[in-house]
Amino acid sequence: MRDLEVSLITKNIREMCIEANLFLEEDVEKAIRTAGYTETSETGRSVLSQIEDNLKIAGDERIPICQDTGMAVVFLEIGQEVHFTGGDITDAVNEGVRQGYEEGYLRKSVVNDPIERINTGDNTPAVIHFEIVPGDKVKLTVAPKGFGSENMSRIFMLKPADGIEGVKNAVINTAKEAGPNACPPFVIGVGIGGDFEKCALMSKKALTRSIQKDKSPADAAESKERNLYIKELEEELLLKINDTGLGPAGLGGRNTVLAVNIETFPTHIAGLPVAVNICCHVNRHKTRII
Amino acid sequence: MFKEIKIPFSKEDIANLKAGDTIYLTGTVYTARDAAHKRMSELIEDGKKRGLDIDDILPFPVKGNVIYYMGPSPAKPGQVIGSAGPTTSGRMDKYTPQLLGMGLTAMIGKGKRTKEVYDSMKKNGAVYMAAVGGAGALLSKCIKSSDIIAFEDLGPEAVRKLYVERFPVIVVADATGRCIYDEI
Repeated sequence: MRDLEVSLITKNIREMCIEANLFLEEDVEKAIRTAGYTETSETGRSVLSQIEDNLKIAGDERIPICQDTGMAVVFLEIGQEVHFTGGDITDAVNEGVRQGYEEGYLRKSVVNDPIERINTGDNTPAVIHFEIVPGDKVKLTVAPKGFGSENMSRIFMLKPADGIEGVKNAVINTAKEAGPNACPPFVIGVGIGGDFEKCALMSKKALTRSIQKDKSPADAAESKERNLYIKELEEELLLKINDTGLGPAGLGGRNTVLAVNIETFPTHIAGLPVAVNICCHVNRHKTRII
Repeated sequence: MFKEIKIPFSKEDIANLKAGDTIYLTGTVYTARDAAHKRMSELIEDGKKRGLDIDDILPFPVKGNVIYYMGPSPAKPGQVIGSAGPTTSGRMDKYTPQLLGMGLTAMIGKGKRTKEVYDSMKKNGAVYMAAVGGAGALLSKCIKSSDIIAFEDLGPEAVRKLYVERFPVIVVADATGRCIYDEI
């Protein structure tokens, strides 16, 4: 058993909220730069050049990349040998979000109730997902999620007979409908299988994965276990969505999507759930292992 | 090529702006998003019932002005404003025809609008422009002053008066009803 003081979680969450809102991961930045080289539309190139300049200003001057600094989504993969001490782990995560959003001059975008809608003033509560895993470490992932793209995300309870074509249509149509509202070029997280909520959760978690396929050692190891058809499906969807011509900011062009990340899970004999979580080009996530 | 345009827009400006034009805007714009639109709409309804002059009760006179759908991140000491990019315009569609009827000349945001909004723009002579979503740090550099003028309790959704200089936008829909999103 390893004792872990929850104040350490607070400190890390605070730092990760700030870092995630100022700096993209290298893989996403690289994908945006590549889009700039390959874009065929003049307007598209102008949009991508503004997006690249924006990332530089954000990092150099420590101004959030986007004013929508999101609702804080936090994944905790907790080793079963870990024993938290010094307080409530949920409170500790929310305290980290509170401190990070205040100290980082991040926008407070959370309202207390979906109908009453009074701003909580500190961006809490976070959306927190706990998972128990083997080991004595805690893997923290902070993924601030903006709602321009969240609002355009969809879930479909397809029939088994709809098959892989049904899945493709669901993803492509969701991307098309998201259009200019969700700030393309997108990163698209897709969950296939499980049940209603498992599917949605997989689609969100897929957005926190590397988008540079098989480049990081962890991803390569993981991909060996993944069915080859999933990798092919990711590549096919990427091409087909780019073929829509929606382009950067939805103003026309080649680069509509930077990556499609798919997660799957066994499902029921009667179902084929598909969740499509759209993320804008500001695909923010930071991970630390404690 | 970006054209330079000053706010307030003249009638000629509105007539000459075409969907697809890229422009740099200079002048005063007012921010309002979901909660501020709801409140303004309630003030207008209430003012009408009580026979009041609507311009006296709204945070700013709507006629001839420009609304920017935006809620910034907080300014750090020494900054005019924090990150300040556009939010999705479609959420304001419910309230927009009323404001266009009162003489609103332009809106800056991102994303699709309803047919009612485009029809009302055509009828009233207004334009809809998009700034690049997710470029809030870059766009903040074009904002030279920012003052909260109403609804401070709404935090990021308060109404702000901004002075912008060479603020880059693209005309999405012009006063003839043409919309570039429909052509993609």
